[in-house]
Amino acid sequence: MSADGPLLDGRCPTGPIETRWERCKAELKLVNPANKRKYKVLVVGTGLAGASAAATLAELGYQVHAFCFQDSPRRAHSIAAQGGINAAKNYQNDGDSVWRLFHDTIKGGDFRARESNVHRLAECSRNIIDQCVAQGVPFAREYGGLLDNRSFGGSQVSRTFYARGQTGQQLLIGAYQALARQIGLRRVKMSPRTEMLDVVVVNGVARGIVVRDLVSGKVETHAGDAVVLATGGYGNVFFLSTNAKGCNVTATWRAHKKGAFFANPCYTQIHPTCIPVSGDHQSKLTLMSESLRNDGRIWVPKTKGDARGPDQIPEDERDYYLERRYPSYGNLAPRDIASRSAKYACDEGRGVGPGGLGVYLDFSDAIKRLSEPVIRERYGNLFEMYERITGENPYRVPMRIYPAVHYTMGGLWVDYHLMSNLPGLFVLGEANFSDHGANRLGASALMQGLADGYFVIPYTLGHFFASTKQEKVTTDHPEFKKALADTNAYVARLLAVNGKRTVDSFHKELGKLLWDKVGMARDRAGLQETLKRIPELREEFWKNVFVPGSGEALNQSLEKAGRVADFLEFAELLAADALEREESCGGHFRTEYQTADGEAVRNDEKFCYVAAWEWKGDGKPAALHQEALNYEFVHLATRSYK
Amino acid sequence: MSAQQSGHQGHSTMKVTLHVWRQKDARDPGRMVGYPNVECSPDMSFLEMLDVLNERLMEKGEEPIAFDSDCREGICGACSLTVNGIPHGPRKGTTVCQLHMRSFEDGAELFIEPWRAKAFPVLRDLVVDRSAFDRIIEAGGFVSVRAGGCPDGNAIPVPKEEADQAMDAAACIGCGACVAACPNAAAMLFVGAKISHLRHLPQGQAEQKRRAQAMVDQMDSEGFGNCSNYLECEAVCPKEISVKVIAEMNRDYLSASLTREEQKNDGGGAG
Ligand SMILES: Cc1cc2nc3c(=O)[nH]c(=O)nc-3n(C[C@H](O)[C@H](O)[C@H](O)COP(=O)(O)OP(=O)(O)OC[C@H]3O[C@@H](n4cnc5c(N)ncnc54)[C@H](O)[C@@H]3O)c2cc1C
Ligand code: FES
Repeated sequence: MSADGPLLDGRCPTGPIETRWERCKAELKLVNPANKRKYKVLVVGTGLAGASAAATLAELGYQVHAFCFQDSPRRAHSIAAQGGINAAKNYQNDGDSVWRLFHDTIKGGDFRARESNVHRLAECSRNIIDQCVAQGVPFAREYGGLLDNRSFGGSQVSRTFYARGQTGQQLLIGAYQALARQIGLRRVKMSPRTEMLDVVVVNGVARGIVVRDLVSGKVETHAGDAVVLATGGYGNVFFLSTNAKGCNVTATWRAHKKGAFFANPCYTQIHPTCIPVSGDHQSKLTLMSESLRNDGRIWVPKTKGDARGPDQIPEDERDYYLERRYPSYGNLAPRDIASRSAKYACDEGRGVGPGGLGVYLDFSDAIKRLSEPVIRERYGNLFEMYERITGENPYRVPMRIYPAVHYTMGGLWVDYHLMSNLPGLFVLGEANFSDHGANRLGASALMQGLADGYFVIPYTLGHFFASTKQEKVTTDHPEFKKALADTNAYVARLLAVNGKRTVDSFHKELGKLLWDKVGMARDRAGLQETLKRIPELREEFWKNVFVPGSGEALNQSLEKAGRVADFLEFAELLAADALEREESCGGHFRTEYQTADGEAVRNDEKFCYVAAWEWKGDGKPAALHQEALNYEFVHLATRSYK
Repeated sequence: MSAQQSGHQGHSTMKVTLHVWRQKDARDPGRMVGYPNVECSPDMSFLEMLDVLNERLMEKGEEPIAFDSDCREGICGACSLTVNGIPHGPRKGTTVCQLHMRSFEDGAELFIEPWRAKAFPVLRDLVVDRSAFDRIIEAGGFVSVRAGGCPDGNAIPVPKEEADQAMDAAACIGCGACVAACPNAAAMLFVGAKISHLRHLPQGQAEQKRRAQAMVDQMDSEGFGNCSNYLECEAVCPKEISVKVIAEMNRDYLSASLTREEQKNDGGGAG
């Protein structure tokens, strides 16, 4: 399919990659300190990306109003990250460098990320660690008092910093405390339990948002000089995922419908090490941190349908398939490869546990080699979590794991300044598409969220203000009145359907459809079928959904209904993007494009671009815009982890 | 078959009888409502059991039970139910989202209530307002550094033992179970955990006294009660935070008050 319109310009600097960000910063215009307080920034989302941005912008002197749907910024989904955060500190003296982190991330992303962004990310990674240490993040230490590291999938150096199995929690608490300090100083106004439902565009610029107070139900508008979305990923479109229950696509989708392009929605990451589903009641899936793959060995029985217990299967009848197929990376092969390999093993009938949908992650060798206390020290809380959920003790019996939807590389399109094509709308963290290409490496999302919030947006937003002349607008502007009325009408419409089916039943049906046809392996026929099925399901939703209660109260069914309505629209774009991309790359695997031994086949000639989709209206196909990807520093090569 | 989501079935089922606090909004006096014979499976989490009940209620056209949850992994601190009088239910070191029905007998009778504390008003059913905790952090629960210009992460070594103690306290998820469990509805374990986290790190020491003072003052003004050493907080804490953090907090608060006295006696310093 050819693109509609000219190529998109990512505003990336040119010249030597090592100095691009430095030079860009040197050229960015600044806002005079006394003028900063005249600008108001609306920050939607206060996870790692949003909290770090809101705090930093307030430290600089901007007026900030921040919003999140949880009862406190401290509860954002970022809190659940377990394993760690990458940084090119080379504290281990094992050959790491900014260049190597850059290189690993480009390669890990299967050559579908921008070189300029990724290099900047690798540079900022070092400042992040310094920043977080200064805030009091209790990273793991060695006995000498220095910071400890571990290794993560997709890399051969040890560059991951961690705080037990609670790295995301500790980083988020650091960012939340920085934000709390600014709230205490009255430089940030914080509105928790508030959901953004629309973006207000005035003269082609994002100037405000429409929100619903989730306690009173009141719908309101807020005006500002720029809108920053840091609203996380859309993994919950699959219903079951490792994301927190509230994660949604609403903020980014509604911005998309107001003109922001959605990039690469088909790039979804399936994480290889999650606890298998236990029944239809399952409400979410639990990740077992990938760091477990440092010491755990993944295997299935060599023979199909082997029903013996794991301790009854002798060594030579086990297939350590990752070690066999990818000897140099072994159990640390990148996520997409590890996930697909598990799926193949189960598809062949060699899966273990109920329903044959699981593989073993076995620590017995590590316990022998290192002792149980060492393993407990490293992974104690993860083992406990596993035991709590499954009722099995992983110190004695191998864990059973299976892949699950985990992260979404796609998101709103942004340029190098993190601004979307809709001027004044900036997008940070998992909500944007920018740094991970078609596959994110472990411990890189935390890094990206914090780089965006602490070290990128403070510069680029200032430049936007300094170089754009804008009239002040207030919520009395007709566009605000209209957006308010539209949102009120939308809420009323959801409540008025008054059908027979619950919101969750639609969400589960959509999720299952996507998991089966747009999950770990996709093909043309399946995608076409999905594209036919989604509009039918959406139509049924609007005829038959039951949303009890009223709009003027705390109403969790109504919150869910709005999110599911958006997922039902967004899913179509996800599938369309997957259909359009006739190649296999990273998390996007099309069965038509693979080698004889099942490895992904990319098509750089035709698909070395970012697919950025433009909303064209209800019932109309989205228009495709392309941004060409150029590899000047890391040469396009077939990813090999053998 | 490729569907993880079809899962496997055929597990045993069980029945429980629930009594759940229902309250329309902050003004409604609220009451317990009985839901007999709720069918569930031992593999369900407690919240999944409530999800299933809510689906049944909605199929009958009734309003579902509102409760907070998000991560369902025991880390975000959103879930906040008291089960048979115990915040987060009977399993030690476990949030209610990580509690599984296999912890209960078939036929069990369960009383489910929101956190009860003056500082945590009920918003609806089992959902309470815990913003008082945020205001305590806003008052001083941070290290005053700004983004940029921080020294290298390895510039200041931190003995592993100290870092570990900081982490033990930093594991607090801010759920508020400690307050709900305390007969006085005190927030000492929460505030102590925060203070302990930062005082064990060199980065937190410059503001150690100021922090304790500000946070404790805010805590008092939010209407939390006093500590009478019941130790109920430690018993229910899903992260098993030790009451020793309370002693640390008291030490810092006392020493801050002494410094304040001294400053007063100095006449507030030279003009
Ligand atoms: C279980 C798990 C483990 C992980 N482990 C790691 C790891 O070890 N290392 C790593 O690097 N990455 C990890 N990740 C990924 C990483 O945690 C996330 O990608 C990252 O934290 C996202 O941060 P964020 O700030 O972009 O968004 P989030 O933390 O998701 O925050 C989103 C914010 O937006 C708000 N929001 C959303 N929608 C709206 C709306 N409509 N209105 C108002 N507010 C809204 C929310 O309230 C929240 O404040 C993990 C992810 C999962 C699921
Ligand atoms: S829902 Fe997050 S801790 Fe229970």
